[in-house]
Amino acid sequence: MNVIELHGITKSYAMGKRELRVLQGVDLSVEKGEMLAIMGASGSGKSTLLNVIGLLDRPTTGSYLLDGKEVSKLNSKELSLIRARKIGFIFQTFNLLPFLSAIKNVELGQRYAGIKDSVAAREALVRVGLEERIRHRPSEMSGGEQQRVAVARAVAKSPPIILADEPTGNLDSHSSREIMEILSILSVEQEMTLVMVTHDNNIAHYCQRIIHIQDGQIIKEENL
Amino acid sequence: MRILELLSTAWTSVSTHKLRSFLTILGVVIGVAAVIILMSVGKGATAQIVSNFTSLGTNLIYVQPGSSSEGNVRGGFGSATTLTLEDSEAITETIANLSGVAPYSTSMSQVITGTENMMVRITGVTPDYQMVFNAEAINGDFITEYQYTRKSKVALLGSEVATTLFGEDDPVGQKIRMNNNIFTVVGVLKSTGSSTQNSTDQIILIPLTTLQGMMSRSLTTTGDHIVSQIVLEVSDKKYIDQVKEEVTQLLQERHEIEWGEDDDFSISTMDELLSSITESTQTMTILLGAIAGISLLVGGIGVMNIMLVSVLERRREIGIRKALGARERDIWGQFLVDSALLTFAGGIIGVIIGWGGSFLVNYTGLMTTQVTADIVILAVAVSVGIGLFFGFYPAWQASRLDPIQALRSE
Repeated sequence: MNVIELHGITKSYAMGKRELRVLQGVDLSVEKGEMLAIMGASGSGKSTLLNVIGLLDRPTTGSYLLDGKEVSKLNSKELSLIRARKIGFIFQTFNLLPFLSAIKNVELGQRYAGIKDSVAAREALVRVGLEERIRHRPSEMSGGEQQRVAVARAVAKSPPIILADEPTGNLDSHSSREIMEILSILSVEQEMTLVMVTHDNNIAHYCQRIIHIQDGQIIKEENL
Repeated sequence: MRILELLSTAWTSVSTHKLRSFLTILGVVIGVAAVIILMSVGKGATAQIVSNFTSLGTNLIYVQPGSSSEGNVRGGFGSATTLTLEDSEAITETIANLSGVAPYSTSMSQVITGTENMMVRITGVTPDYQMVFNAEAINGDFITEYQYTRKSKVALLGSEVATTLFGEDDPVGQKIRMNNNIFTVVGVLKSTGSSTQNSTDQIILIPLTTLQGMMSRSLTTTGDHIVSQIVLEVSDKKYIDQVKEEVTQLLQERHEIEWGEDDDFSISTMDELLSSITESTQTMTILLGAIAGISLLVGGIGVMNIMLVSVLERRREIGIRKALGARERDIWGQFLVDSALLTFAGGIIGVIIGWGGSFLVNYTGLMTTQVTADIVILAVAVSVGIGLFFGFYPAWQASRLDPIQALRSE
């Protein structure tokens, strides 16, 4: 079953009088539990594609079925709700709230989904190996640890989809490997679908499939 | 539950930026403190005036000469000469349920002792004056019925007059000169406090009969004796309206006032006087509060200013929250609760400072102040309202931020 199904997705921005077409007809299906890497040069449209998949941005045309439901025409309130329940984000810059402890950051991830389960939040932190850092603030942790908090935040609400935008972009190779191993294990254990943007070939090879994007179009697909 | 969560998040964001939060609410703190101090001064003044009047008893009815109709030009107090001692006697004879009838007349006069002289208001009174006005002679005696009927040249001095004329000496038994008459001082009145309107500290009381004998124009054309005012004390409060009605009828008959004609006298009860006085002091209180309210408004604009800055500063946080699934309503509510919490805290601090300030003002004795629950509740409610009102636009702006843009900002 396909969790994500994109058909003819385009996205254009008005740049003054000119129209900038960032995505030019993307067709993409991602299966439940699959790990997919999106690769491409900067400006190729890979981040925009991830934003469309993450419902942070609406496609200009095309259809998007998420869990079998058409979401390209929903209003911002409905999009927020789906984002809260079905999608977990991981960012290159971690994006933790600096004034909250690790556990509070994880609980924040649950909150907008209407979940309040501090046991699950704690468990998520244990699973990323941070049981001793639960009460620490982001400024008291290393980059790798911060990203692990972000992973815990994304998975603590058990969403079907995890979206990661350059999750290892700010990390050294050791931490990068740790993060990818955690994500692989979680993906298998919880049958979570992972879509990840990266330009690091080694990282992309943790996935089962890699698609290459250039000028807003998928130009190559590799099954590993 | 949700409210608690919002409050705890708001508290976190307020307490992480302690200095900024403090500066934000400073305007509200000052505004609320000013409202409380100024309104407590107003309330205190009202309470003091009311207590001065009620200390005389609330069973009093004042009969004054002159027209009671409004809109006509009215002479100064006591300038009309339509009220007489004979009216007063008629009231005593015919009206029931009165425990005292005190007509009096006043005249300014030079008072001379061996070494001092001063201008004093001389009030001619009847023995009933003592009871009706709660006057008390702390040294010597009040004017007696005998002295009154004999038109004796005796005088009771107000406490300040006594000090000015005789200093530390005992005035009782001393002689003073007024209008070329020699008076014997028979007593000194208990001080009533110089600030009160009904103070007797700066006057001299003599028998009304004596005063009328001295004054040049003390008779009406028909030979009646003019008085400035007649004060009636009713034996029980429940008779006040009835007595007022009967006195009005009696005086209308005596003064031959036709149907539809304006009365040439006015009758007001202590309650009526009180309510007109409290009405004007309340207006003053509201005016003071409104002036202070302007500073509260300025404080509110300060809050809006900082909230707008705060929205800019927290763009990234807003982006993160939106990515995590926060709806516009969540963000909006968050910022609104933030600013309401800030101004609520400002209101509470302002109440404490204002309360302390009004206590200090009271303590110095310059003015009587009174902090009442309604002022405090009003001030706190207004400050929360200001937070909501001035937080509305920044909160709306925050909720409308595009999550991608917001996440990109540093």
